[in-house]
Amino acid sequence: MTVLNKPPRGSQYGSGIPPWLWKRSHFFSVFGLCGVLVLVSLMATTVGSIHVPFLTTIGIILDRLSPAPDRGWPSFLATIVIDIRLPRIIMAGLAGAALATAGATYQGLFRNPLADPYLIGVAQGASLGAVIGFLLPGDWLGLGNSLIPVLAFSGAVGGATVVYLLARVGKTVPVTTLILAGVAVGALLSSLVSYLVIRSTSEVHGIMFWLMGSFSLSKWADVGAALPYITAGIIIILLYARTLNVMQLDEEQSAQLGVNVERLKLVLLTAATLITAASVSFAGTIGFVGIIIPHAVRLIWGADYRFLLPLSVLTGAIFLILADVAARAALAPMEIPIGVITALCGAPFFLYLLRRRKRQIF
Amino acid sequence: MDMTVTLEMDRVTLGYQHQPVLKDVTCRIGPGEIVGLIGPNGSGKSTLIKALSRVLSPFSGSILLNGRDISLIPRAVLARRVGVVPQMPLLPSAFTAFEIALMGRNPHLGLLQNESCRDMELTWQAMIRTGTHHLAGRRVGELSGGEIQCLLIARVLAQETKAILLDEPTANLDIGRQAEILGLIRELCRENHIAVLAAIHDLNLAAQYCDRLLLINQGRLYAEGKPREVITARNMAEVYGAEDCVYAHPKNGLPTVLLTAVEGRAKGRDADAVSE
Repeated sequence: MTVLNKPPRGSQYGSGIPPWLWKRSHFFSVFGLCGVLVLVSLMATTVGSIHVPFLTTIGIILDRLSPAPDRGWPSFLATIVIDIRLPRIIMAGLAGAALATAGATYQGLFRNPLADPYLIGVAQGASLGAVIGFLLPGDWLGLGNSLIPVLAFSGAVGGATVVYLLARVGKTVPVTTLILAGVAVGALLSSLVSYLVIRSTSEVHGIMFWLMGSFSLSKWADVGAALPYITAGIIIILLYARTLNVMQLDEEQSAQLGVNVERLKLVLLTAATLITAASVSFAGTIGFVGIIIPHAVRLIWGADYRFLLPLSVLTGAIFLILADVAARAALAPMEIPIGVITALCGAPFFLYLLRRRKRQIF
Repeated sequence: MDMTVTLEMDRVTLGYQHQPVLKDVTCRIGPGEIVGLIGPNGSGKSTLIKALSRVLSPFSGSILLNGRDISLIPRAVLARRVGVVPQMPLLPSAFTAFEIALMGRNPHLGLLQNESCRDMELTWQAMIRTGTHHLAGRRVGELSGGEIQCLLIARVLAQETKAILLDEPTANLDIGRQAEILGLIRELCRENHIAVLAAIHDLNLAAQYCDRLLLINQGRLYAEGKPREVITARNMAEVYGAEDCVYAHPKNGLPTVLLTAVEGRAKGRDADAVSE
């Protein structure tokens, strides 16, 4: 056998290049997608029942950011761009980033390609909370509808916590038990939601619209409430990207390679649940993003979580902003629930990717 | 960091869900020696290795690393001292062989650290030593069982531990690779004073390459000592039910097990009742 003292020609391994530079094209993709995200967001502000020209949009936003405001844009245009469209777009971006990241995290943690952010009772808990919010008398404590996100958030976190505690066996939380407990608790909560929806007559339309997801009511206050949870959760998850790679081996090997598996599960489940809960509370249960975006990123860029996670954040945000544009522009002035758009556009694209690349991705 | 490692088990009872697999085991693996772990199927070889790497906690007794109970040692610190080559694990097929070997550096890296050039260089050297460097860019889903076995040994070398536990390291290798890998392990063991425990099914390989053998049977440490003292006609007959099969190796006189074909001998062994 010939022993090579140098790596084979054309191999980047062992050549002294720091590993974060191996995949230089991946790095460019991250920066490129940041640019695309900004561009898509700006384009999205121009679309709607009233067309605002691109340059006017940029002018209005720059005007608002600059210390000396008012350069003579019509005030109704400024209101449309700043107070109606921008919060909606930012909320869509945040929700997309949150759902895609949470999906990638659950898939990695459970080593299961079918995992999605709603697997461990988050969505069903949130739905129950939101439906209760809808059914409370409108003037209850004088809070009106502002209680719905709070109840949805509590329901989401409550649902996931119950699942986690039910799945505990001694000091460990086996992944299969967690998934099965999630399915069971989810089914239970869903049936409660269905029961409440049937019982209510006046609120059915509002509830159905919420359940299918929508950004039509997003305000700056919502963005302000969701932003801290989603950014903090995503940052925590990104810190564990390399550890998630090791977790792809299996739990026993991960432990033998120095990973504190149970602590990692608790930290990542908490972070992923919080960002999912924050997203669901303000945008409803938008399906499909959390499971498909991470897989699409895998198909294009590979399975390394150090790139998979940031690329999922960006791709998820871009995808949901575009889906929201379609939701409000396709049948204007009628709005289509965004969940319909995500499945309708996402599924064929995903199938195309799946057929094009046939190698192992997970 | 160049501290040697001694692993000790003191009256350890092990098992799964209140069902003991191994009872009252006391043994010691010192720096610079290769200890072979032999015994029939399901006798608890893998269980012992799991316990020594703290994946399984013992029912009673204590497992010590340089005199300190391993249950008190943080996982990352333990993984810098004790490396494991598992038996035929499932690997994520989308990762390349190099990425898998590089995971051996994980215990040396903090939360905010990524692998440095030095980590990559060490991994590359480990792959050269195990003859897996030509596979570096291949996805592990495409590798054969033997190639994966060598890759896992590269990973444990990259891990730079002073103790290595191997679970059937030669199970999927042809005889050429068996000799190569066990030779490499012996060389590393002597060079760097590494404590090695290897569960080996093949008694002849165990006799050739190990300094000491632990023979476990029916949940107990049945015999312990030099290959000559453990692989005896009497022990083989009692543990494996194989009569009259131990010979001296023609070149070095070490015990060698050779079977003679006999009709219909599926009787008399109840050791298989214990699950692996």
